[in-house]
Amino acid sequence: MESPEQIRDRVLARFPGAPAAVVSNPGPAAQHSLLLGAEHARAVAEFLRDDPLLRLDFCSNVTGVDWLDRELVETSRVSTPDPAGGPPRVTEAKTRRLQAGYLEVVYHLYSVALKHGPVVLRLRTANRTDSVELPSLTPVWRSCEFQEREVFDLYGVVFRGHPDLRRILMWDGFKDHPMRKDYAEPDDYEWEPTPHAEVMAKARRHYPAAGAGGAEP
Amino acid sequence: MSVSDNPPLESPAGPLVRSVRDDFHGDLLEVSMGPHHPSTHGVFRMVVTLDGETIAKLKPVFGYLHRNHEKIGENTSYLGSMPYTDRLDYLCSMTNNWAYALAVERLSGQAVPERAEYLRIILAELTRLLNHTCLAGFLLQDSGASGTPLMYAFREREKILDLFEALSGSRMMCNYQRFGGCRADAPPGWLDAARALAGGFGRFLDEYEELITGNEILMARTQGVGRLPAALAVSAGVTGPMLRAAGVDYDVRKVDGYGLYPRFNFRVPLGAHGDTYDRYMIRILEMRESIKILQQALRDIPDGPIMDPKARLRGFRPKQGEVYSRIEGPKGEIGFYLISDGGPNPYRYRVRPPSFINLTLLEDLCLGHTVADAVVILGSIDIVLGEVDR
Repeated sequence: MESPEQIRDRVLARFPGAPAAVVSNPGPAAQHSLLLGAEHARAVAEFLRDDPLLRLDFCSNVTGVDWLDRELVETSRVSTPDPAGGPPRVTEAKTRRLQAGYLEVVYHLYSVALKHGPVVLRLRTANRTDSVELPSLTPVWRSCEFQEREVFDLYGVVFRGHPDLRRILMWDGFKDHPMRKDYAEPDDYEWEPTPHAEVMAKARRHYPAAGAGGAEP
Repeated sequence: MSVSDNPPLESPAGPLVRSVRDDFHGDLLEVSMGPHHPSTHGVFRMVVTLDGETIAKLKPVFGYLHRNHEKIGENTSYLGSMPYTDRLDYLCSMTNNWAYALAVERLSGQAVPERAEYLRIILAELTRLLNHTCLAGFLLQDSGASGTPLMYAFREREKILDLFEALSGSRMMCNYQRFGGCRADAPPGWLDAARALAGGFGRFLDEYEELITGNEILMARTQGVGRLPAALAVSAGVTGPMLRAAGVDYDVRKVDGYGLYPRFNFRVPLGAHGDTYDRYMIRILEMRESIKILQQALRDIPDGPIMDPKARLRGFRPKQGEVYSRIEGPKGEIGFYLISDGGPNPYRYRVRPPSFINLTLLEDLCLGHTVADAVVILGSIDIVLGEVDR
C-alpha cells in the first residue's frame, strides 16, 4: 500500500488547495495519519474510497479525541554584544502563548477488496466551544452512522449532513458530553466506593432544604 | 402525516404503544420491543413501526448498560483496564483480553514468547467455539425451539468454561492475558483436557447438525429472511461471521496474520445468500475450522516461558504514540485504539465494538419482514449488550 506521504501528494494533486498534511506517529506502531481540512473532507473521502489503487471501502473505526487548550512556553534567546569587549550577554525571554484546544475525529480505513490498511484520517474542529462542526462521512461509509452519533453524544462534535444525529448512548435529555477531558460530573453523582459521610455531605449540599432542618435527606 | 407528529398515549413508562394515522397504509402502530424482553439478549430496545404485522420502520435504542467504559479506561492504568475488558463482551473475555493486550504490545513494541502465542490461539479458538455454540442455541430459542437446543449448546459451553476456570480461576471474567504474555501457565493435564475437548467437539457438532441443520421449521424461518447484500455489508462496516455469510472473504486472522495464525492451516467459510440461514450455517462451519486450528495448536505447542522477561506490568508507561489494533473476535473485528502521552494512563482508550457496528444495518435487514422475523434476524447478528453499550 502507498505511504501516507504518497496518498497526501495524490490528494493534493487531485484537490489543489485542499489542506492535507501527514501527522506522524512517534510510537513503534508508526501508524501515521492524514489530517484533512473540513471543507474538502467529504470529497477526499469519496476519492479514497473509489480510487483504484486504494479502494478504502471499509471504514472500520470512528472515534473522537479531545485536546484541551495548552499553554505553550517559547524561549527565545537574545544576545547583546558587550560594549566593554567581553563575551556577549545572553538574555532569555519567555513568551507564553495559548494554543486553543480542539476536538478531533479519527477514521480508520481499510480495503476489503485489496486487503490493505489502515489509512488513518483526522479531522479537527476549530475549537472546543462554539465551532464544533465537521462534515459527516456517513454518506461515504455507512458504518459511520452509529459511530458518528456516538462521537456527537460523548464529545459534542456536530456532524453536518448526518442523516440522524441524535444521542445514542446517553439519554436524550442529558446535557454535556462525558468523554471530554474537562467534563465535571453533576454534584449528586456517586460512585460506589464513596465514603458514606461524603455522600451525606453532598446530599445536604444538593438538597439544602432537607439538610437545613437537620433531618436526614 | 408523519409518525412523530402524533402525541403519544400517556403512560407512566413513556410512550409504549401509539397508533398513528398514515395516508397510505391506514393505521400504523408504533411498538416498543424491549428493553426487557428475552429475545433482545439483554437490555436493548427496538422502536418498531408496524403496518399490520410488517415492519415499516425500526430504530434501535441503546445505552441501558452504558457505564462509559472508555472514560474509566482513561482514568486507570493500562493494566487496570485488563479485567474491565472482560465485561465488554462477557461471553468472550479471552478474545477481548487478547485484543487489548495486542494493542498495548503494539503501542509499546513488546514481544510475546511463543508458548504464550500458542496459548492465546488455543483460548481464542475455544472462545469462538463457545460463542458460536451459544449463538446456535439462542438462535433456535429465538425462532421458537424452546429450551432443548439451547441446553445442548450450554452443555458443551460448560466444558469449555471448565477449561477456562482451570486455567484462569474464573469461568467468564478470565482476566488472563498480560502485555507480553499470559498470566499463568497451563496446569498439569490441562492441555490433555483441551485435546480431549477438541477431539470430541466434532461429534457434538454432528449430533447438533443432525437435529437442527436440516430442520424444516428452521429453514422456513430463516431462509431468505434478512438478506444482506455484500456491498452494503462492507460499506456498513459489518465484520465477522455476518460479513462472511454475505459472501465477502475477509477474515482478520488471514488478512492481518496477527499472532501466529499464518502458521495454521484453516479455511474461511463463505455464505452464498447472506440470509439468516447462512449466518447460522457459517458459524457451524467456522466451528469446524476452529477445531482444526485447535488440534494443530495443541499438537505443536512448545515448552518455554509464558511471559516476556522484559515485560513490565506495574509502573508501565509506553512512549508517546498511538495505535489501532484489531483481531478477529467471534462476533467480528474487535479493535482497540490507544493514544499514549507517555503517562501511566492512556490519553485515549477506545474500543471498536463489533456487535455495536453490526447493528447499523438492523433496520435495513428487518424492513418488510414480520416481528417474529425481526427477532430471528437480531438473534443471527449476535450481539452482547455489555459490548454494544460499553
